[in-house]
Amino acid sequence: MRIPILKLHNYLLISIQIDLDDQSAIQFQEDLLNEIHKSGATGVVIDLTSVDIIDSFIAKVLGDVVTMSGLMGARVVLTGIQPAVAMTLIELGIHMHDVPTALDLEQGLIKLRQELEG
Amino acid sequence: MDFKPCVTIRKEWDIVGARQLGRKHAKELGFGTVDQARIATAISELARNIYLYARTGTICFEVIDELDKKGLKIVAKDNGPGIRDISQVMQDGYSTSGGLGAGLPGVKRLMDFFEIRSDSEKGTEIEAIKWLR
Ligand SMILES: Nc1ncnc2c1ncn2[C@@H]1O[C@H](COP(=O)(O)OP(=O)(O)OP(=O)(O)O)[C@@H](O)[C@H]1O
Ligand SMILES: [Mg+2]
Repeated sequence: MRIPILKLHNYLLISIQIDLDDQSAIQFQEDLLNEIHKSGATGVVIDLTSVDIIDSFIAKVLGDVVTMSGLMGARVVLTGIQPAVAMTLIELGIHMHDVPTALDLEQGLIKLRQELEG
Repeated sequence: MDFKPCVTIRKEWDIVGARQLGRKHAKELGFGTVDQARIATAISELARNIYLYARTGTICFEVIDELDKKGLKIVAKDNGPGIRDISQVMQDGYSTSGGLGAGLPGVKRLMDFFEIRSDSEKGTEIEAIKWLR
């Protein structure tokens, strides 16, 4: 299953609405990097409001996406992580220290704007 | 309540199928949202390990209904290569596949009971229980 990537000015917006299997997660990683390259986007918001599980594999893919996008010059913010998902991630031992997050899509965009446009 | 006791893990998508079924069982048993997420995550980790390291296996569910306690038991079973050093794989960050190595120690923290039995001939059997509070 392909995850749609929307473009808005210099930003890319993604809302993950499916239960991510490994293949879709990897596909998404590839699609997003290609889209950053093609569009020259400087900011990306990945909204996880509808995601009710993040296991160690998906966490690794998301963490990698943030790092890889950074290498290409785009800043990624993860938004909308559910309370239950935040708790299970910590219990799994995954802290995502270096990953920028925000409460929701709107806050994510504000965060990007502040960081990119200063 | 229709209760499907086992899922076979054979292809990658079965990982998603197993954790969705586990969440459904957990919800029907009365577990709250956070415990549902813990149980689904634990199943996802165990099912992926089967898929990655043993190719095929099963995830089975059992409702424990005793006088003083109720819970959901998950049994992950495969006939793969087995785990030689169990204390090693239970260390955070230990992985032979370039993963985070968070799976097994994570499952132990997410669940209330956790036990691994493994040998190189029979494969691996992991039992985990979450109690309903
Ligand atoms: N069912 C199994 N059969 C054989 N070896 C296994 C099995 N499950 C786990 N292992 C071994 O134990 C190691 C640790 O497993 P664990 O799930 O903790 O981490 P991982 O799978 O390597 O990474 P992660 O789960 O964080 O993506 C694995 O790398 C693998 O070598
Ligand atoms: Mg694993």
